[in-house]
This record gives sequence, structure tokens and C-alpha cells, in this order.
Amino acid sequence: MSETDVGDIGMARTGRSGLTPSQTVGPYFNIGLTPSDRYGFPALVGDDLITDDAVGDAIRIEGRVLDGNGDPVPDAMVEIWQADGAGRYSGGADAPSNTTFKGFGRCECDKDGRYRFRTVKPGRVPGPDSSEQAPHINVGVFARGILRRLFTRIYFDDEAANGADPVLALVPADGRATLIAKRDGTADHMPRYVFDIRLQGEGETVFFEA
Amino acid sequence: MTMSTAYPLDSLKAHPPYLAPAYVASRTRSPRRPLVIIPHTLSELSGPVYGHESVRDLDNDLTRQHDGEPLGQRIVVRGVVMDEDGRPLPGTLIEIWQANAAGRYIHAVDQHPAPLDHNFTGAGRCVTDPKGRYSFTTIKPGAYPWRNHPNAWRPNHIHFSLFGPSFLTRLVTQMYFPGDPLIPLDPIACSVDEKARERLIAKFDIATTVPEWALGFRFDLILRGRSATPFEEPRS
Repeated sequence: MSETDVGDIGMARTGRSGLTPSQTVGPYFNIGLTPSDRYGFPALVGDDLITDDAVGDAIRIEGRVLDGNGDPVPDAMVEIWQADGAGRYSGGADAPSNTTFKGFGRCECDKDGRYRFRTVKPGRVPGPDSSEQAPHINVGVFARGILRRLFTRIYFDDEAANGADPVLALVPADGRATLIAKRDGTADHMPRYVFDIRLQGEGETVFFEA
Repeated sequence: MTMSTAYPLDSLKAHPPYLAPAYVASRTRSPRRPLVIIPHTLSELSGPVYGHESVRDLDNDLTRQHDGEPLGQRIVVRGVVMDEDGRPLPGTLIEIWQANAAGRYIHAVDQHPAPLDHNFTGAGRCVTDPKGRYSFTTIKPGAYPWRNHPNAWRPNHIHFSLFGPSFLTRLVTQMYFPGDPLIPLDPIACSVDEKARERLIAKFDIATTVPEWALGFRFDLILRGRSATPFEEPRS
């Protein structure tokens, strides 16, 4: 191998340079990102976030990703990032967690555009200006036809704190319902929440720029 | 109330729009409602950590995952992951996937009538070293046809997925190869302006090229960086 220290070239830059632009994840991402047992390449991240020592109530979250025609998006990937039940983010210096709960999950949609996660219900975390945020999960949506990750949030319909959440307050009133998962019975003895993601058109999910 | 954005929003202009009409699939998969600008809270400023414990030693060599060697032009792709100020980003997980030398993905949905290579899966991962450096050994992926428009072909490319230090630095992109005549015809590559597109194209690098073994390409990746000074803007 060459001995060139490629790190030095980066350090020599002056001024801010442009980002590497995003490109679509395409239709074949599951080879690298969600291989499960199909390709002899082990998955790093899955759709079951619960660990033995995870703090919080176990829940199921599921829903469908739908396009502008109302058709399911079978080749979408949903990623989630969340705090544990005590409002602690894994790995963070600000809110250190001492459990093995990673708080990050990834699920590829099935032929009906359906995704599902097994996780714990997140606690409240700090917001801007000494506020407190309602329990929520950050969501990234990727698919063929999506050139850059779509960012939204899942809130829960049984949380009174939604009314004072500083991020929900920025969302036009007619779009807030698209960010709130609905409790719908149980699945595998866990509370089940349903959260559909509509990419375009009637009932379009509110997405964020951040 | 003020809205603080730790990472400047201006930088996001490098990204493609959600709707790029020439890329047909974007027409029904792009939002029509305006995006809502939100502050960068702990939820956005934290992010998952996947370190060296998550990655096996040979996960960055796609030519050694099977009994035999894959067919095609062996290549080394390496570079630095850094932020907008050129600060290297160590400990960043990189995941890649790609077609084989004939332009065929192992994925079941890919029905392009080009041969599969049973010695090539086309998936790899690694974590950047303390200087933000990464390296993959693989084979050069082939071009392949797709149905976006008549006689549409994707340029040779490798898919890259990166995390960076927070939820906001997450990036999924594609690396293209220098001199590929398909790039200016590709609606995905052309969804970004010409100057930004240059940053998606690797450079041939004789210093990375391994004598008697593999051609070398250099591909640096630039993720969002926090503002040098605390930045506040009025709430919109």
C-alpha cells in the first residue's frame, strides 16, 4: 500500500467547502444496509431495539409508507433514533445512558409498504430554551425516488405533553395529526402504535428541514 | 424565543431537491407541503455510535468474502471523511453496496440479464480511523440499464452510507468514476448542480494504486459541520 497520508490533504483545506451531495438509496440498499440473513453479510442494525437492560415500556410501532398515488412503497427504508424510557440518548455526553440500548433502528418495508419496530417508549428530553419535549422518535425515510433523506418525528397520541411540545408548536395546526402515532390495541402483548408515512398528497406527512 | 441551529442550514443547498422531474420516481415520492424548519435539539444533535467493535476486519475487502475471487477490475477506494471545515471525522461508520463487474446486483429484484458472480456479494463496511481515513478493496462495478426513460443506463457507481457525529450528519450518496460518459445523461447524478456533482466523482490516484494489484481511486466525503461560533436566527 502507498504511504501517502491522505489525512493531511483534508487538514490543508481553508474555508468551508461544500457538502458531499445526497443521492437516492436506490432499490438495492438491502444488500448493504438491511441484509438480514439473505446474502451471507451480517446486518449491523435491525428493527428490534429492545435489549435486556433497556429502560422503558416495550412497545410496537408499525405503519405503511405510501406515495403520492396512495400506493405502498415496498422499497422504502425507515430509520429511527430515540431516547430510552428515561429520556437518555445512547452514547451522548449530554445525557449518558449506562445501558446497552442503542436507540437506533432500521427496517426495510415489505411488499405492502409496511414497516415495524419493537422498542421502548421514549421519555421526555430537553428542548430549546429550557423547555422539555414531549416523548418522540426521530425518523428518516429513504427510498428509490427520494434523493435526500426525509426527516419527520413520531409523537404518541396518549401523551398530554404534546400540547406544549416546542417542535410540534412550529408545525401548522392542520399538519400536526400526521406526526402523532395512534394507539391501536396490542401486538405480542405490547402496546401497538400505528404511524403511516404519506410522502405526498392527501394527508401528506409533515417533514422537517433542520 | 430564538431558534438555534448548531449546523448551518445554508450548507444544505448542495443537496438535490426532493422533486427532480427527470428522475421519474421522484415525482410521486417527493413532498408537496413546505418543509417545517425546526431547531436543533438534543434529539438532532445526538446520534448512534457504531465503532470498531461492530465491524469485522475484512468487511472492507469485498474481494475476499467468498472462496474465490470475483471477476472484474480490482480497485482500491480510499479517502477522508471530514466536515465542512476540513476537520477529519474519526469513528464514522461507512457502509457501501454495489453491482458486480457485469452491472448486476445480487438483489432478487434486479432482473438485468447480466451474469451474477458467486464470488461477489457487493456489500462492505468500515469505520474511519483516528484521522478520518477509510479504505475499501473491491471491483469496479459495471453500468446497468434501468427504465427511467428509453435507453437509460446508470453510470458506474458505488453506494455510500455514513453516519457522522449526529442525526443531522447522516448521509446516503453515490460515488461515480472519473470520465464516465453516462454521468451527464443520468437524472440522479444530474439532480445536483454541476459544481456539487464534481464532489460525487472519485479521482484516479496513482498513489493509491497498488503495483501489480489494483487501480486506486480517491473519494473524500464532506459531512455537515457545526458552526464555528454559536449561531442564532430569529424564529420564522
